[in-house]
Amino acid sequence: MTFSKTNIGRRGLIKGGVALGAGLAAPTFFNNRSFAAAHSGYLNAPTGKSVTLGFNVPQSGPYADEGADELRAYKLAVEHLNGTGSDNGMMETFSSKALKGNGILGKKVEYVTGDTQTKSDAARASAKSMIEKDGAVMITGGSSSGVAVAVQALCQETGIIFMAGLTHSNDTTGKDRKANGFRHFFNSYMSGAALAPVLANAYGKDRKAYHLTADYNWGYTTEEAVTQATEGMGWETVNAVKTPLTQTDFSSYIAPVLQSGADVLVLNHYGGNMVNSLTNAVQFGLRDKEVNGKNFEIVVPLYSRLMAKGAGANVKGIFGSTNWHWSLSDEGSKAFVQSFGKKYGFPPSQAAHTCYVQTMLYADACERAGTFNPCGVVEALEGFEFDGLGNGKTLYRAEDHQCFKDVLVVKGKENPESDFDLLEVVEVTPVDQVMYSPDHPQMGGEEATLGSCNVGA
Amino acid sequence: MFGLNRNDTLLLIVVALLTMLAPFLLNPFPEGSSLAQFNGGYPDLMQRFVIFGIFAIGFNILFGLTGYLSFGHAAFLGVGSYAAIWMMKLLTMNVIPAIILSVIVAGLFSLLVGYICLRRSGIYFSILTLAFAQMSYALAYSVLTPITGGETGLQPKLNDPRILDAAVGSGVTPRANLFGIEMGTSWQMDWNGWVFTFNAGYYLAAIIMLIAFYLSIRIFRSPFGLMLRAVKTNQNRLNYTGVNTKPYTLAAFVISGMYAGLAGGLLVAMDTQVGPERMFWTASGEVVLMTILGGVGTLIGPVLGAGLIKYMENILSKINESLLEAWFAFMPDAVSDVMVTLLSLFVGKGWHLTLGLLFMIVVIFLPGGLVGGLIGGGRRMFRSNDRKATRKTKSNQTPPTSQTAE
Repeated sequence: MTFSKTNIGRRGLIKGGVALGAGLAAPTFFNNRSFAAAHSGYLNAPTGKSVTLGFNVPQSGPYADEGADELRAYKLAVEHLNGTGSDNGMMETFSSKALKGNGILGKKVEYVTGDTQTKSDAARASAKSMIEKDGAVMITGGSSSGVAVAVQALCQETGIIFMAGLTHSNDTTGKDRKANGFRHFFNSYMSGAALAPVLANAYGKDRKAYHLTADYNWGYTTEEAVTQATEGMGWETVNAVKTPLTQTDFSSYIAPVLQSGADVLVLNHYGGNMVNSLTNAVQFGLRDKEVNGKNFEIVVPLYSRLMAKGAGANVKGIFGSTNWHWSLSDEGSKAFVQSFGKKYGFPPSQAAHTCYVQTMLYADACERAGTFNPCGVVEALEGFEFDGLGNGKTLYRAEDHQCFKDVLVVKGKENPESDFDLLEVVEVTPVDQVMYSPDHPQMGGEEATLGSCNVGA
Repeated sequence: MFGLNRNDTLLLIVVALLTMLAPFLLNPFPEGSSLAQFNGGYPDLMQRFVIFGIFAIGFNILFGLTGYLSFGHAAFLGVGSYAAIWMMKLLTMNVIPAIILSVIVAGLFSLLVGYICLRRSGIYFSILTLAFAQMSYALAYSVLTPITGGETGLQPKLNDPRILDAAVGSGVTPRANLFGIEMGTSWQMDWNGWVFTFNAGYYLAAIIMLIAFYLSIRIFRSPFGLMLRAVKTNQNRLNYTGVNTKPYTLAAFVISGMYAGLAGGLLVAMDTQVGPERMFWTASGEVVLMTILGGVGTLIGPVLGAGLIKYMENILSKINESLLEAWFAFMPDAVSDVMVTLLSLFVGKGWHLTLGLLFMIVVIFLPGGLVGGLIGGGRRMFRSNDRKATRKTKSNQTPPTSQTAE
């Protein structure tokens, strides 16, 4: 009895407290957030003289190096967009001339940063605070596919545009594709398709491959892509072994490779994993061995300069693929490398490049659409063809929001001149060779769907 | 009131007021002012405050009362989250079934883990729970990818079955709701430059937190709670007097596991996504930090600790160098450069460092945690007013331990 009595009393107290609070706030008006959004048509519509972008990058954790480079690129992009930099970077070479160097749609570009910690929970928390607290209209960044997929889904749900940073797994624009999300970076399928012919040329069509694969989604999609592409060339896959992501010593995984009769080792590893597994493999003397009358070879499907630096001399002569490399000699790349080098004193990584380009593409899409409205931006980016951003002619495909462009096949340099000069481009695989249909089985098949764009109103 | 004594009722009312008025209390600075950076009153962070509050309250029932230090509690949080998201994928986007199932599944899982781990005590117990949690993490990350989505995690998809829900329009993302009220719905109140946000999801989580808090007070004050305290004080003596302590410790373990599952289910209800990092050992360590920081064995301490850590993680980590430069722009260049370089060590990605320092300070100078410190400080003030002369020699004594701070 007393229970229910006091219960009402407490409620009354709370109600009283709330009423008091509301009373103190005399000249107030409540507005429903979605109602306010409906006014302008979309969530976080910039009302003042500036527009806020959210740069969500790993500042701690295993990919902190990539994250730091991404942030440098974003800052540079903001300078170029606002016209406050010492030059205009790739804005000069970009085929679309909609950007004027006065911000986006005349609004000064401001930004907020956050730490994804390379964890999807932390990344979403950080992105949510950018959306809810700072009023960001676009979120970009990240350097792992798990994070990209998680943040992309959040942006779809809330009605914000997501421009993916470094994410290579097929899933981002495959089975987990979203209408509000866009990826400029290439993917596992493209790596496989670009590498296979080069490998067949260099090592012959009669090869037996042994895969070591990092035991998570990116590893799976990369293994699948490389296996299918190389088997298409006539290679045989002897075995594919999963290795835990936290593994640091791969000796026990390398030893069985020699007994298996394989003559190529494919390391579907990234970051610290790749540095360790490659170093182990080279220390085991795999590369000096001769199996089936052929030299034993090692392949690393996804290369980055930061990884090559970690593995040091071990990368010499090893093939891999990469999205972009600073030694490219087209006008866009030269402009970007010069601008980045002038500000920071060293050349940019591929992560920095893709993040810079994504920011430019977003800004340009807003200018062309004449609005920050996500649906307008989506429309402007879908099927957009451009050039002059470092990868040659590129298409943002409408069906899955994936960029299609030439893919670089690189090799560890035999005589590097500096810490940054570790990779050389052996071949530029033309875009036609890495093209696939949007309902490709590796991309989630026919079930994968973008959904419709969300403006959060 | 509610079968509580006067002090506990007062505490419950204070906590209720704090949670209900959080949108005001956490947004003390007007929008657009330079201090607005420190406002924490946006829905996501407020939700995290109360959800991790629940997690820490539950952890405290085990650690604070029995003294068993579990280093694997995040596993239960994760299991609860996975249960909740599957409920949303298969049954309905309504959060009620998801939350209920998350509590049940986490309870069952903690029964299994507890049954095995509680065969040992002390450090061996901690290591066993840690091993279980890491095992769950590894399973979720790779082996169980078909169920857990692996590294990418799980989100509700357009083509999930959701047998109880009417079909949503084509291409519309399904959203978590409570009988039609979407968890993400917010109302904003503008008042002379201040903006206060009232979020439906936050209030649901806050009400559940209050219930969880009330239950924890009842457990603390019950004969069962007394028994758990006896376990902490001297388990051997209890065994010698013929009491079998295992059922008590196991019950405490399962209860705290269910609290963790509840927190996990709520996390999914507020933000429909699960990733395996939620079960990583650092997440388990975080709840230990929260509890110790706030005050082990105190009622309100773990909630404060959870709030403090989440605030630092979300607010401090977002302060970057350009913000610092703006703050110190009024100083001469040389001075401001030094200030920026110094302070940038502690904010942005350096927030871990600040947290570490704070943790050390609390553990060294306030062994009873923040609550212990507050109460100790309060008592000292009163006593120094009463008996200034006698206090003089004893003023450097350690503050009361958590036992007295309850």
